[in-house]
Amino acid sequence: MDIPYTVTARPDTGLWNAKVGIWLFLASEVMLFGGLFSAYVFLRLDAAPGDWPHGLLNVPVGTMNTAILIASSVTVVMAWASLKMRRFARYKLYMGITILCGVIFLAVKLAYEWPEKFVHFGAHIKTEALEKYEPYLGNKHLLAKGHEPRNKITGHLHNHDALHDPNIHEFEIALDQVNADPTNPDSDRPHFWPVHATDKIAHVDKKDVKFAGMFLPNFNTYFATYFTITGLHGLHVLGGVLVFIYLWLPVGANLYKRNPEHLANRVEVAGLFWHFVDLVWIFVFPLFYLL
Amino acid sequence: MDETHEPISAEAAAVQDDGHAPEEHAAHDVAKHIRAYLMVGLTLLVFTAITVALSYIDFGTQKANVAVAMLVATFKAGLVAAIFMHLSNEKRMIYRILIFTAFFVLGLFFLTYLAWYDPIVR
Repeated sequence: MDIPYTVTARPDTGLWNAKVGIWLFLASEVMLFGGLFSAYVFLRLDAAPGDWPHGLLNVPVGTMNTAILIASSVTVVMAWASLKMRRFARYKLYMGITILCGVIFLAVKLAYEWPEKFVHFGAHIKTEALEKYEPYLGNKHLLAKGHEPRNKITGHLHNHDALHDPNIHEFEIALDQVNADPTNPDSDRPHFWPVHATDKIAHVDKKDVKFAGMFLPNFNTYFATYFTITGLHGLHVLGGVLVFIYLWLPVGANLYKRNPEHLANRVEVAGLFWHFVDLVWIFVFPLFYLL
Repeated sequence: MDETHEPISAEAAAVQDDGHAPEEHAAHDVAKHIRAYLMVGLTLLVFTAITVALSYIDFGTQKANVAVAMLVATFKAGLVAAIFMHLSNEKRMIYRILIFTAFFVLGLFFLTYLAWYDPIVR
């Protein structure tokens, strides 16, 4: 069965069918991401002072990934324009670059950004014990300057067994800069360049800890929303890349020979989806990485 | 009835485009737009750098910083939608779909606002 109106406009809508289809799909996608973003807004507005962390993600890497996604949006629209001008070799080139950009984006996310979080340790300190760990938290200094308080100690966990073994009573942590030197004004606000763990060791008694673990979705609401939204976004990037690869393979060339306008339209709707994925990232990047 | 039954050659399709130009993007139009696509890409990159820079400036409160960043992001998203997604020049059908989308997504965020503001308890 042939799908009608793949290249000519349907009289009543004034559009070829796939265009209507992709926009209806994108409308549902807006609601999907809209729901998650509204959950983010709700959770963040209700977070107690100091409970919404800042500066835990790698900003230069995030900025680079943003630039890669924007570049891929340009190349996919150039791939479509090349088909419109009937320059197939150019189309293959631009589509190839788009696929490459998508793969780099995913690789950075899955091979670097996420795994880096999986090995970063943090311990939420109980309210009554905050005073005891003041040398690592610097809350008097923060209060005097009108900043939000710190209630967790983060860094590299030396004794991994402490997470599971009830006979080990304390966590041995190589502190992050912010806990190693908490009254340094340099640590008041997040940095552009990520600051890695120091050599300074702290021992945190398990009795004083509300919850401790790696930076996983269960660590706090921030990471729960971060992994949910970037995970769903990543799945969209993967979906887009798979469709682009399909259109880039000989399937695309064969369709081009039969009906170049049909391939151009397919690339256009795939591109519309890709621009939407880029558009979502434009909001994800500042909300999670910068603010 | 169905145009896909008959294979159309590249030349025929091109003639169809340039001839009666029934579709919105004729080949010579596309050529003119390429410069615009590149300029938008460049603008988006510049505004990404601006977003990063602005986040390290203290606008008084965290809320003000978020507002500034969202303003820049909305401008960038508008560029993507208008130019890359061709929304600046689309058929009415698409706008009809999007009006409903906008209505429902704004309604969703309004509910979120109500849940947070909670006029009854306040």
